[in-house]
Amino acid sequence: MASLEIINIKKRFGDVEVLKGIDIAVEAGEFLVLVGPSGCGKSTLLNMIAGLDTVTEGDIVIGGKRVNDLHPSERDIAMVFQSYALYPNMSVEGNIAFGMQMRKVPKEERQRAVQEAAKVLQIDHLLQRRPAQLSGGQRQRVAMGRALVRKPRIFLFDEPLSNLDAQLRVDMRTEIKKLHQRLGATIVYVTHDQIEAMTLATRIAVMRNGELQQLGTPAEIYSQPSNTFVAGFMGSPRMNLLPGVLRSEGDGAWLEVGADARFSVGALPRAVSAYVGKEILAGLRPEAISDNADAVNGNRPVIEATVEVTEPTGPDTLALLAVGGCELTARLRPDTSLKPGDRGRFAVDLAKMVWFDPGSGARVR
Amino acid sequence: MAQTWDTPQAMRRSRWTPFVIYGLLGFFALVYLLPLVVMLLTSFKPLTEIYSGSIIAWPQQWTVDPWIRAWGSTCVGLSCNGIKGYFWNSTKMTVLAVIISTGVGMLNGYVLTKWRFKGSNVLFGLILFGCFIPFQIVLIPMAHLLGKMGIASSTTGLVFVHVVYGLCFTTLYFRNYYMAFPDELIKSAMIDGARFFSIFLRILVPNSLPIVVVTVIWQFTNIWNDFLFGASFSTGESAPMTVALNNVVNTSTGEREYNVHMAAAMIAALPTLLVYIFGGRYFVRGLMAGSVKG
Amino acid sequence: MTSPEAGARNFGAWVQRALPKLVLSPTVAITLIFVYGFILWTAYLSFTKSKGYPVHEWVGWMQYDRVWHHPRWAVAMHNLAVFGVLYVVLCMAIGLLLAILLDQRIRQEGTLRAIYLYPLALSFIVTGTAWKWMLNPGLGIEKMVHGWGFDSFHFDWIVNEDMAIYTVVIAGVWQASGFVMAMFLAGLRGLDQEMLKAASIDCASLPKIYWHIVIPQLRPIFLSSMVILVHLAIKSYELVVALTGGGPGYATELPSTFMYAHTFTRNQLGMGAASAVMMLLTVAAIMVPYLYSEMRAGRREAQR
Repeated sequence: MASLEIINIKKRFGDVEVLKGIDIAVEAGEFLVLVGPSGCGKSTLLNMIAGLDTVTEGDIVIGGKRVNDLHPSERDIAMVFQSYALYPNMSVEGNIAFGMQMRKVPKEERQRAVQEAAKVLQIDHLLQRRPAQLSGGQRQRVAMGRALVRKPRIFLFDEPLSNLDAQLRVDMRTEIKKLHQRLGATIVYVTHDQIEAMTLATRIAVMRNGELQQLGTPAEIYSQPSNTFVAGFMGSPRMNLLPGVLRSEGDGAWLEVGADARFSVGALPRAVSAYVGKEILAGLRPEAISDNADAVNGNRPVIEATVEVTEPTGPDTLALLAVGGCELTARLRPDTSLKPGDRGRFAVDLAKMVWFDPGSGARVR
Repeated sequence: MAQTWDTPQAMRRSRWTPFVIYGLLGFFALVYLLPLVVMLLTSFKPLTEIYSGSIIAWPQQWTVDPWIRAWGSTCVGLSCNGIKGYFWNSTKMTVLAVIISTGVGMLNGYVLTKWRFKGSNVLFGLILFGCFIPFQIVLIPMAHLLGKMGIASSTTGLVFVHVVYGLCFTTLYFRNYYMAFPDELIKSAMIDGARFFSIFLRILVPNSLPIVVVTVIWQFTNIWNDFLFGASFSTGESAPMTVALNNVVNTSTGEREYNVHMAAAMIAALPTLLVYIFGGRYFVRGLMAGSVKG
Repeated sequence: MTSPEAGARNFGAWVQRALPKLVLSPTVAITLIFVYGFILWTAYLSFTKSKGYPVHEWVGWMQYDRVWHHPRWAVAMHNLAVFGVLYVVLCMAIGLLLAILLDQRIRQEGTLRAIYLYPLALSFIVTGTAWKWMLNPGLGIEKMVHGWGFDSFHFDWIVNEDMAIYTVVIAGVWQASGFVMAMFLAGLRGLDQEMLKAASIDCASLPKIYWHIVIPQLRPIFLSSMVILVHLAIKSYELVVALTGGGPGYATELPSTFMYAHTFTRNQLGMGAASAVMMLLTVAAIMVPYLYSEMRAGRREAQR
């Protein structure tokens, strides 16, 4: 039995349809991340799971029970908010214990639960302080503590790290991941940051304009994006989408890019060969294009291109390459000797290439 | 802006909850409106209906006569020329006092926020204190002084008094507003060569409309509605509307013409009521501005 | 090297520097004279033998004595306590109730808010004519209820010596509770929405959420509205003049009416001054600690 089932959920605000039919099943212990640009409906969906927003059409089922009409406090969920949402008039202890107090849990048990959670989150020395006296990271831990003591079936996180500075965000991300591994909890997590999605999730749901674009593991999303939107949204720098015309010549296929550039693309999968003679989009992540000498001199196809910009990042150098009127981003060796204006030879890793239909944007399978 | 979250159960916890809420609100609304309704209805009734019917009975015979009499012929003290003269007194007094106190308050607010000097905060505190005193404490000396200056019992005298004791409010309002006005605009104007008054006239004033409206509405309402100063510092022909109205209503000679009283009260209320209806949003801001700590 | 041009330039520069102070000085001067100066003048008069006109003969505490032992002052102080407490408590209770009700996403919120606030836009001399009329036993509410058939209904408080002060309370609360409502409503609207969502997940009952979480956060508003209400109560003058004229007899006398009567009608300037000073001290006893704590809190906030 799935922990959480989202069945054909639709949401309308007046005339505007914000969610257009979402179907997701979340198993126990999964870490599901809802990711997408702002306005895609991910926060609305989370609010509906929590019961903070009404469902226009469809069902939310938690632990096998339909919860559409249940009050948030009766759905066996806990939620952590972007702004921490702590109660300013209570101490840290009071904040964590409040829900239990409302559910009439006896005092001893409450105190024990608070101590336990505080120790896990390393805030046991802060129990008597007020939220106003805490730093951002500490406040976020208190918010998580409040969620922990509920021992809910599902944890909901609404962009919890967006208010933190960059370094703290990375640290807290790791904390959340460790917590998930330790507790084996079921988590639904909303973010607009695709790095958070990739690092935390067991499965990612990419959303756009109220529709589910793709539901899959981080690996699937990364290497087999189901359309150009997912390809461009996930992964930074974004996947290159090279427009070109597919040609077949004798023993192999070639992609013609622009008027004067082409490279071999080897044997084509059956679905792709239907595009021979037509326009197609070739998807290549920057790391699939390299200037590594072995790769270039080996049996990989080679593109000749002019370097326009180089951006050393430390672990590698990002280079903007001009090919046949198009621009590609490539990950080159950190110690590359190429400079803007140089012409170079770059190897393409065909195993990582994916194809998209130019009209619909969908991946050609 | 109402709460933007939508708990399915919050309002439907019990089927009765919406009824209770609207019921209570409606009840209070009726209670609040009652005096106004009574005044309106009574002002259009002939005297016979007033004595025979109930206060909220609909007029069986509508008449504008009470209004005409209130304006032109009812007796205020010893003269029986209606309240129109006093209405004009109030108008003159209020308009002048509002303009002057608002203008000076604007300059004060400007100085206190953009041209701070050592001790300016202390001075602000000193000025602010004037808003909190019960005005009874200044009545005796002021009456004495106005007499000495020869402007006791005159519109000029009242304008003077209202300006003097209105300055603390207007200064407070403008000071709070200009605190939030970006200093960078002032600095960049200074770099461009503008000086004290140019900055004020060309940069601050054109961007001050909201607070000017709030201040004007607040001052207008308070000065028009004032009774204490009017009753203490003016008599007879120079009295403001509120004093005249009180006179009309409290005359105990002859038959009590309640309908005329109510008509007179409505006339006295019209200016501030209209200001409230059309400028309600700013009125509320004025209320709040006075109580924000600063 | 003092050429006329340099001298003029120096003078010009000095004027520019002094300009802000020059601009502020009229108001400062006015405040010093007409607020502080007049307070001192009135205080001075309260120690003299002045009756119909100021007399510069020092009599120490005599006027204060006369005021304190005056029967009307005792009534006035008693009334102030009764009126003050009821006025503050009822205004806050009704104001809070209305604000909470209005906060529930009511459809006609704007209209209702306008209805609750309009009493403040009108002078009580105006609305007092209606109240006086409504509270009139023979012609007002009593008569209306009789007309509905309840002949034994009595509502003659306004002419009843013991009950008249409560009519002042009713009228006063009617006028000022809208203001308290506006303050609480602003406070409710300023609450963190996500915190309310969190509370919703913790607790199903809306009254409990209000009690444990919302109302405790409105504490600053409780304080500031209480201070303002006490201030208004002490100052209230039109309320009594329009409604009862201080009567019946002097059953609804308040310090403000006592002061006015003795100053302008009864030619007892010394007593009037003394009563005014006592009014000022009562107000100061409330406002000064409040303002002081507000300024300290403000400075502490700014330092963090």
